[in-house]
Amino acid sequence: MSADPIARPTPATEARLLEIIGVEKRFGHFHALKGCSLDVARGETVVLIGPSGSGKSTLLRCVNLLEPADSGDVFFEGANITRDLGNAPRIRRDIGMVFQNFELFQHLSAAENIMLAPMKVLGLSRADAHDLAVELLGKVRIPEKAEAFPDELSGGQQQRVAIARALAMKPKLMLYDEPTSALDPEMIREVLDVMADLSAEGMTSLVVTHEMGFARRAADKIVFMEDGRIVETAPSDAFFGGEVNERARRFLDQILH
Amino acid sequence: MMSFDMVVEYIVSPAFFHGALLTLLITVTALLFGVLAGLVIALMQETRWRPLQLFTLFYVWMFRGTPVLFQIIFIYNVLPTFGIRLSAFVSAVIALALNEGAYMAEILRSGLDAVKKGQRTAGLALGLTRSQVMRWIVLPQAARIVLPPMGNQMIGMLKTSALVSVIAVEELLLVANQAASASFRYLEALTAAGVYYLALTTIFMILQALMERNLDPKKRRRAGEKRPLLDRLLTATESADVR
Repeated sequence: MSADPIARPTPATEARLLEIIGVEKRFGHFHALKGCSLDVARGETVVLIGPSGSGKSTLLRCVNLLEPADSGDVFFEGANITRDLGNAPRIRRDIGMVFQNFELFQHLSAAENIMLAPMKVLGLSRADAHDLAVELLGKVRIPEKAEAFPDELSGGQQQRVAIARALAMKPKLMLYDEPTSALDPEMIREVLDVMADLSAEGMTSLVVTHEMGFARRAADKIVFMEDGRIVETAPSDAFFGGEVNERARRFLDQILH
Repeated sequence: MMSFDMVVEYIVSPAFFHGALLTLLITVTALLFGVLAGLVIALMQETRWRPLQLFTLFYVWMFRGTPVLFQIIFIYNVLPTFGIRLSAFVSAVIALALNEGAYMAEILRSGLDAVKKGQRTAGLALGLTRSQVMRWIVLPQAARIVLPPMGNQMIGMLKTSALVSVIAVEELLLVANQAASASFRYLEALTAAGVYYLALTTIFMILQALMERNLDPKKRRRAGEKRPLLDRLLTATESADVR
């Protein structure tokens, strides 16, 4: 038994990669998260839905400590990381994140975007990092764009490079923050396909999205948030089978019509 | 009539050459320390610690708010009463560098601010530390944005350096003026000085064009293609297309 209270796994952790317990977050007077709890098992894809301003993105940012929780706990691989800010860079290596606006580094080519963190954080050689970048660009189906700069790529291509960039750190968990919200409709598909493939390969994912088609196709579990609270957590089948509470149903009706 | 022989004679004379060299030396040293001071001030403003922010505000306020000529005379003539005795050259460089720092800080800050917050967030999310994000993501992008205004500052400094003649530093303009008053050949002596100034600014413009090409990753990718120098200088002056 470990004597270290922080390192001790919580009960029944084996399958759980991420465990969020009673997380609270305020921005000044705005109460963004009101006691949110959520589990993500290894290999699972969890889709977070809810109206804008409901706290979905904030919850995502609590996980990789971009917005540390005020109270409550976040366990990652059984370790309590909630207040481990000094260790944040180390923790973030294992948690990839994809943003609504892609946020590719504008001064670097697609390949260099992918190579930067493996070289600077993991100490890979330039040649090894380049091999990795080429491999990952193949995986996201744009191997021909290695030398292109972000402003020479379509939105869908940029987002796929961003996914490859996150994968380059060999993360154990992927966070997607509305990855297709800034895309033109005809490009949404190519990004969702890559994400669905990753989920199918067993990449643990926590996805904030309004794409119900993706949720239906790739999610194991749907979490519905409203006003800083998690209102409903249900297996995907049950959720889309209609076994949801009134508020979630109303939200679904709204976005599906 | 202007005597070309005399202009050439002035240009090749040791006094003029030495003066031009001193002008260049003052400019380059003051720029070096000015950019460093500006970078330190700009990074201090990035921190959220109030005393540091107040200090930078005070610094920029003071050095932008008084004439450079005043600062040069002040440092050379007033500091000795406090027991700090500096040579005219050192006083000149300090005054110009401190003044330059205030303007550089503003330019650099605008460059740092122009790099969107999301770029830093993306770097942090990959596991980079704050200083790595600054070094590999923010500074390279800011550098491209600040290079054109910095080029202006550098050329401006070359000309501002003439002010240090008031504390008897033997730079180019003072040499020319002295030569002219000795021979009454104002036209020839000042033309010779003008030729030197234009030659030096031309060198600075070429350097700026080379640096801009170096910092533009896409132009670097096409580095193979040969472009005429004039072409490069022309694109260097139409620098509005920095993103």
